[in-house]
Amino acid sequence: MKAAVLSFPGSNCDTDMTWAIGEVAGQDVQLVSAQATSLAGFDCVVVPGGFSYGDYLRSGAIAKFAPIMSALKDFAAAGGFVLGVCNGFQILTEAGLLPGTLQWNTSLQFICQPTPLIVANARTAFSTAYSEGQQITLPIAHGEGNYYADDATLADLEKNGQVVFRYAENPNGSRNDIAGLTNARGNVLGMMPHPERAVETLLGGTDGLGVFDSLINAMKGAPADVATRTFA
Amino acid sequence: MLQQELSPDQIATEKPYLGLGLNEDEYDRLTELLGRRPNFTEVGLASGMWSEHCAYKYSKPVLKTFWTKNDRVLMGPGEGAGVIDIGEGKAVVFKAESHNHPSAVEPYQGAATGVGGIIRDIFSIGAKPIALLDSLAFGDPKDSHVRQLIDQIVAGIGDYGNAIGIPTVGGETRFADSYARNPLVNAMCVGVMDTDAIQRGKAAGVGNALVYVGAKTGRDGINGASFASAEFSDEEAANRSAVQVGDPFMEKLLMDACLEVTREHQDALVGMQDMGAAGLVSSSVEMAGKANSGMTLDLDLIPQREPEMTPFEIMLSESQERMMLCVKAGHEDEIVALFKRYDLDAVVCGRVDEGHQYRLLHRGELVCDVPVAVLTDEAPVYHQKGVQPARLQQPAPDFEPGALSLLSTLRQLLADPNVADKKAIYRRYDAQVQTNTVLGPGADAAVVRVRGTHRALAMTTDSNGRYLYLDPEIGGAISVAEAARNLVATGAEPLGITDCLNYGDPTKPESFYSLAESAKGITAACKAMNTPVISGNVSLYNETNGEAIYPTPMIGMVGLIEDLSTITTPAFKQVRELIYVIGETGPDFNGSLLQQVTTGAVAGALAPFDLTQDAATQRRLLAAIRQHLVTAAHDVSDGGLLVALSDMAIAGGLGAKVDLPLPASWLFSETQGRFIVTVAPENQVAFESAMGDDAHLTGVVQPAVLTVATNDQTLTVPVHELATINEEALPCLLK
Repeated sequence: MKAAVLSFPGSNCDTDMTWAIGEVAGQDVQLVSAQATSLAGFDCVVVPGGFSYGDYLRSGAIAKFAPIMSALKDFAAAGGFVLGVCNGFQILTEAGLLPGTLQWNTSLQFICQPTPLIVANARTAFSTAYSEGQQITLPIAHGEGNYYADDATLADLEKNGQVVFRYAENPNGSRNDIAGLTNARGNVLGMMPHPERAVETLLGGTDGLGVFDSLINAMKGAPADVATRTFA
Repeated sequence: MLQQELSPDQIATEKPYLGLGLNEDEYDRLTELLGRRPNFTEVGLASGMWSEHCAYKYSKPVLKTFWTKNDRVLMGPGEGAGVIDIGEGKAVVFKAESHNHPSAVEPYQGAATGVGGIIRDIFSIGAKPIALLDSLAFGDPKDSHVRQLIDQIVAGIGDYGNAIGIPTVGGETRFADSYARNPLVNAMCVGVMDTDAIQRGKAAGVGNALVYVGAKTGRDGINGASFASAEFSDEEAANRSAVQVGDPFMEKLLMDACLEVTREHQDALVGMQDMGAAGLVSSSVEMAGKANSGMTLDLDLIPQREPEMTPFEIMLSESQERMMLCVKAGHEDEIVALFKRYDLDAVVCGRVDEGHQYRLLHRGELVCDVPVAVLTDEAPVYHQKGVQPARLQQPAPDFEPGALSLLSTLRQLLADPNVADKKAIYRRYDAQVQTNTVLGPGADAAVVRVRGTHRALAMTTDSNGRYLYLDPEIGGAISVAEAARNLVATGAEPLGITDCLNYGDPTKPESFYSLAESAKGITAACKAMNTPVISGNVSLYNETNGEAIYPTPMIGMVGLIEDLSTITTPAFKQVRELIYVIGETGPDFNGSLLQQVTTGAVAGALAPFDLTQDAATQRRLLAAIRQHLVTAAHDVSDGGLLVALSDMAIAGGLGAKVDLPLPASWLFSETQGRFIVTVAPENQVAFESAMGDDAHLTGVVQPAVLTVATNDQTLTVPVHELATINEEALPCLLK
């Protein structure tokens, strides 16, 4: 798998992501500047966490105008796999690649803690390494992770099986306990918890490896990924 | 806004310098050194550079007594931060700095910019910042003003560190009435670098360029260094203009760019320094001073955020996220282009001159022309005499706790904010970004892996004003020794310390006595623990309406773990493992948390303790941990043995059955030099022979329940009940 990790000014989990994919998962990975305009040659693109452009206006609101974003939209439209984590998830919703939005946590405070999650759909390209209903623990670290979508959108998400991860103990007020979801086509995943922070026993756990293992399997054409699904 | 500047003669008669923090003797000294009357700009520069914050004029005689060098120290105090060799070609760089005054006035920005400033000190050396710690002290959280301070200070620290992407891995939060209006906000940053790439803040080589980089200069924080060197009073409560505003996004760009310069443009770089206290003047003149150079700066070239700024304002602004670089002539374009790539201002604003004059040009006029040394080496130094405060001359009688209930006292202490679980505070900090945090907040010390090596660094902050209030010398030694115990408990060998010396007005003999005496204790303990002082800062004038805080030196200590498999935590691991108390327990209640909680005050004489023995015990325990003989370790501090046992039980979700042949109240004594550890039964013999007489077998780990027998009372309590009390206390108080 050859992965691109986007780096916006203010991204701060970009090198953590390249460490997880490169050093730990043993894949080919490259940092790509937000000023770049092409994503040719990559099998998947990761939009990492951080505070793109300072996030002073609203998380991800400036990043969606970065030069790389049109290449990213083309990449996703062509069915390429896109993973957005934390600020990456916020950017993907701002850019319209994922439905809904991320509001301030109900506590109005930044929260950093290990958080139990339930795998709600183990058939996506990002989750085949898990089993449905499995409980895993991943760290969260965000101020604006409170997922919101209107009732109709939520109903669609649930009907289509787009919710991939749910909080076992909702820390931020997200509707339907949503911690991670895909687009309708299933090739774009956004999640607030940080899988790249849970890939080494030394640092407290390896529950995040499944996301990367699933992607690697999907690249190999494993079944039950996006290719076998029949979304309009 | 721009007022007509006073002439040198008018300054002599109207004495505006009194409002800038210079007294008449100091003005006279300046006049004498220059051989003429100084103009307004020069008076302003001297007021900043001669402030306690920059010149250490009252504390220098004390600081000189610190022990600052051993064979591992690569760079001691005097630069942005100190540097210690950690092997495998790497060095650790660390420093702590106080932001007490700004945080009292504008808690959010005061705390945020404290974090920003200490980060710049670390990367100015060429080190990549890998961790932040914060030592905070507040008044009683039942007070709504205190709660507001806590919320805003924690938010400020979190928002800066979280955004810039440096994990906040540890620290401490203490509570005592003495800090009610004067909170302590001490931020520490730790960085790692290659030993051969150490940068210094110097401007050498005639013709080389001074390059200003980073944020534009505005009218924020003007003369903040002088502001921080004065006391608060109710009359001057709102001194907000002296507080700066932080921008972590800008700082991230600045950090990345500066580190790229040190990594890839070594040939072009002569020196680099952060613009901290007293902004542009301190960074530039100190760089000239360290290289014995002269310098001319053209203030019209300085990027300015506001129009019509005077030379005084430009030079003394403490706008954040700015650095000064000295770049070799001919390499200016290469460096400026690098910063432009990061979207940062970078301008050549001056040159290194022959001679030793510090010259400033503004709109074509020479507005300052003084010898560099007048602003640096010639700053006044005051040799104060200390007087022992009355409370220490005749200490109150020893505190006797009398008859107490083990269970209700334990409950009371576990719910005290000093002992309570601090998750409500630290979960607002990103503790894991950079993905190297092995042990985050909540352990005895934080542990951070060093990538590219097999090693990890342990780090902690420790302060205990209660002890220093009763005896500054012993209390100072305790602060260092306890920091060392915190590191040893994780399996780390202590390497060195940084400190923030938080005290009252040094011109008051009682305050100065505390400062000088505690330095003696700190020095003795540093030598005993083999931990030199490599950096630090001083925060004096921590007084409100004439009342000083507890003398509170904050000790930030860093230790080395050479083998990742020896990292040890306080949590009980396995039922049937053996529990040992390391060290002796006596009736040491003066200054204890028990005394503060049950009487509302601290009084009595502080018990002396044997530093040599403490250090020897620590060495033996560290050796045992490194041989994998210890499965859990925790130092015994606030609240004594029973609180320490409860911590280990709560962390591990396991109970303990222990027999402590002591009077029940002694379980809350705070005798120094103690640990509690667990050992697997098969390692009993090896462990006991390694520890000798220090180790007392007291019981075993058991499921779910803490069972304690003493000479006169027993205690049986489910661990989950203790956990609930400990976890719910702080959120409840902060509501």
